[in-house]
Amino acid sequence: MALTQNLQSPQLYLQSLSRWRPAEIAFWLATLLPFVLAPNYLSLASQIAIAALFALSLDLILGYAGIVSLGHAAFFGIGAYSAGLISRFGWGEPLTGLLLSTLAAGLVGYATSFIIARFRHLALIMLTLGFGLLLAELANSAGWLTGGIDGLQGIHTWRLLGLFNFGLFGTTAYAYALAVLFFVFLGTRRLIHSPFGLALRGIRENWVRMSAIGAPNRAHIRTIYTIAAALAGIAGALLAQTTETVSLDSLGFERSAEVLVMLVLGGAGRLYGGLVGATIFMVARDQFSGIAPEYWYFWIGILLIFVVILLPNGVLGGLPNLIARWRRP
Amino acid sequence: MKRILYAGVALLAAAVLPAQAADTVKVGMIISLSGQFADTGMQMLNGAKLYVKQHGDTVTGKKIEIIAKDVGGINPPVAKRLAQELVTRDNVDVLAGFDLTPNALAAADVSLEAKRFMVNMNAATAIVIEKSPYMVRTSMTVPQLNTTLGTWAEKNAGVKKAYTMVADFGPGLDAEGAFSRGFKASGGDVVGSVRMAVANPDFSSYVQRAKDLNPEGIFVMIPGGAMPGAFGKALAERGIDLKKTKVMGQMEITDEHALASMGDAALGIITVAHYDYTHESKMNDAFVKAYNAEYGRNPDFFSVGGYDGMHLIYAALEKANGKTDGDSLIAAAKGLKWESPRGPISIDPETRDIIQNVYIRRVEKVGGKLVNVEIATFDNVKNPK
Amino acid sequence: MLSPVVGVLFDGFAYGMLLFLLSVGQSVTLGLMNFINLAHCAFAMLGGYVTVTLVNGHGWPFFAALPCAFIVSAVTSIGFERALYRRLYRASDLDQVLLTIGITFTAVAVAAYIFTTAQQPLQLPSYLRQSVEVLGLRLAIYRLILIAISLIITCVLVAALEHTRFGAQIRAAVDNERMARGLGIDVDRTFAITFALGSGLAGLGGGLAIEIVGLDPSFAFTYLVYVLIVVSVGGLGSIRGTFAAAAVLGISDIAGKYYVPQLGAFLIYLVMISLLMWRPTGLFGRR
Repeated sequence: MALTQNLQSPQLYLQSLSRWRPAEIAFWLATLLPFVLAPNYLSLASQIAIAALFALSLDLILGYAGIVSLGHAAFFGIGAYSAGLISRFGWGEPLTGLLLSTLAAGLVGYATSFIIARFRHLALIMLTLGFGLLLAELANSAGWLTGGIDGLQGIHTWRLLGLFNFGLFGTTAYAYALAVLFFVFLGTRRLIHSPFGLALRGIRENWVRMSAIGAPNRAHIRTIYTIAAALAGIAGALLAQTTETVSLDSLGFERSAEVLVMLVLGGAGRLYGGLVGATIFMVARDQFSGIAPEYWYFWIGILLIFVVILLPNGVLGGLPNLIARWRRP
Repeated sequence: MKRILYAGVALLAAAVLPAQAADTVKVGMIISLSGQFADTGMQMLNGAKLYVKQHGDTVTGKKIEIIAKDVGGINPPVAKRLAQELVTRDNVDVLAGFDLTPNALAAADVSLEAKRFMVNMNAATAIVIEKSPYMVRTSMTVPQLNTTLGTWAEKNAGVKKAYTMVADFGPGLDAEGAFSRGFKASGGDVVGSVRMAVANPDFSSYVQRAKDLNPEGIFVMIPGGAMPGAFGKALAERGIDLKKTKVMGQMEITDEHALASMGDAALGIITVAHYDYTHESKMNDAFVKAYNAEYGRNPDFFSVGGYDGMHLIYAALEKANGKTDGDSLIAAAKGLKWESPRGPISIDPETRDIIQNVYIRRVEKVGGKLVNVEIATFDNVKNPK
Repeated sequence: MLSPVVGVLFDGFAYGMLLFLLSVGQSVTLGLMNFINLAHCAFAMLGGYVTVTLVNGHGWPFFAALPCAFIVSAVTSIGFERALYRRLYRASDLDQVLLTIGITFTAVAVAAYIFTTAQQPLQLPSYLRQSVEVLGLRLAIYRLILIAISLIITCVLVAALEHTRFGAQIRAAVDNERMARGLGIDVDRTFAITFALGSGLAGLGGGLAIEIVGLDPSFAFTYLVYVLIVVSVGGLGSIRGTFAAAAVLGISDIAGKYYVPQLGAFLIYLVMISLLMWRPTGLFGRR
């Protein structure tokens, strides 16, 4: 393992982690395949990319900092509504809209992080749930702003970079979502493979010991929570811009639960877990609802049960074990 | 493991390969088949399928194929994506279904952009129809029903003071607005109102507040499902005498399941509807019988929305001589008139919305069973402006 | 004559009691083994459907069907515990979440397939649908019975916990699992039995809930959120806590809607957040 070889130097250890592995390069090249192999599926692909980004943002707090959040969709929703409202009030330029929405989500994340950092275990989980539910109720009541249950109307996204129109086939949507996902991923990867990332993992494993060696636990939690909120906001804004619709379901409990399932399915704390989990879940859901529209969730349930039994710690967690067992003669 | 992989690839391939059959008219139905709205979606699909079964699956020499997609509840981005996929991947000629307004609004964008005929079989908010010039509606609109109820309450039922209690969400607020407009226009006075939480179905406090003000009529709008039963029980428990205070609302509060759940506590509740399975007409009797034979339960207004929607598609195709592009179909659909299990209906050529009879009913015991008995009929009601 | 608001509070208390029955099993098993069972409300739903089938389909009296709901849920949970849950006692929280959510999805689909997605009304004898006049107040008989059953069960549970050997084993395992094992208490077996009892109570709650909140396949998810709220506010592993939390939440929800209806649904979440911020381990929690 890399650890034993590089015990002398934390810098070397981090460097070894941040080297690009061939599997990673293959993964990112594969994300370009849909343009060629499945041009009719690009709308789905763009929504998978958005879900992957959302799951990645949850991974930062859940997989790396150990905060189980049942209300993460709140930030997704804030990003979505911000982007929608900005467009509705006349400014439909996607990139600047994206930036502003990210800021909005990040600010709310920063504000709530002060409360979040003070609690742990079940109380923390329920607080995140409570905040998420409160925000959803608020959005429903503020129908004059959010459009209530009918959703926000009148969103129109202008051409991307002044050139590319968001059309029926979803080509621009997928390219846009994929590009944003990739850049955000690069940044996240850098963050995780840094001393800060190591500190987070330390906090997750042993809170007391980290404080004992002088790490500012609460401040770190606040920082990562704010970043995760901002990233979730990016995902929400992307969805609003590419589909030109926003409604209450983007904030709801179902969406928080869904992203949690996706992340855990893929394997939390492994950077690619959210991406893999989101892809598997959304493709499975799409295919199952095509085959058995009335009972697709039966098959999803069975899938989840099998994954947990056969692949503990998610797909990325269990896959190395499974492959090793296969190889054993 | 390898087997699962191969199976997965095979599945993907099967889904990607385009469907054959040149002369097919594909109808893509976007409905909820899972989640809390699953029942409405199922009923709508059943109604549509029954029509195809009864009238054969060939129109003007072309075969009708229904492709049902589950949107899973209120989910506009998914509804839009499904609409896009139905248009680009499956090449549907008609977008249909839409049990929920937000989904209909999102899909309307696709109908507009792709110039595809769209049959809205349920979404009842008034503005939906304006979102695409290729859309027709075969269900009803909230004002069509509730404004009529408001007018009737003041003029015919002697209700001068009313209290409104609606669930705090879009359709609830819509219904309240529509009722108040009709009620006040006839001279009635709305003495108070309350918005009820959508999620938690415990109505005691709200009913008590209504009782405190002692109005002559109470107008209610709550989503169907579990709530009407709970509401009816709250009325009984708080001691609201339905003979003295008229409790009125939209048909969901006295649907089959709500009545079974409320029992005799429901006697006297007044509702407005465009369809009920107990509506007396030869066509409806046959429809209900056939529906029961096929699906083992009674149809509701979602079923009839689906049934009439399919009829509209067939009739429009015939009138357009088999042409399936959006412009031909919408031109053919405007002004169509026919007899539905609910009564005579037609499509308004100006607004593309539905014109139909509106019935005021009261819950009474007939032959030992609780039914909605029609006490007034308003003919050919348009969607009020 | 009592003011009508007391009648409203009575309804709120009855609703709270229903939440108690649905949640008490979850609280004890979470406190006992830290096993997150999100399929808890699926067992409640099972109890509800058993009740409906027996009462509507086979004409059983309501009060005979309820114990059946308890038994069927309890026995089914033993099956699941043996086959699936047992493998995940040492697994991470997240794996437990995933498994139990998967089970819930499957359960909802099976329920929709067998019973359709329609609401299930219950054919109750008419005396259960009436109300009595008490001190000028109309109180529904059904809610009175619900409160009575819940109080009896609470007393039985508390007595069992305090005065039986098995109860002592449960308390020991909740307090300090490692120590309890060290003393020779078979914690896994204790958990299995407690889990069955908890699921059985959930099934009973499900059967009683039909008349108040209705039953359809989405029940398994809808009430999960409320159960989690009650359990976290009450404190894990505490019956008193669950009782207090359920009562507080039920009453404040109803009272809030009467006095300040604009707050409506917000109130239950605000109450939960405030209580948790004040007491993170719950009203009567320990860890």
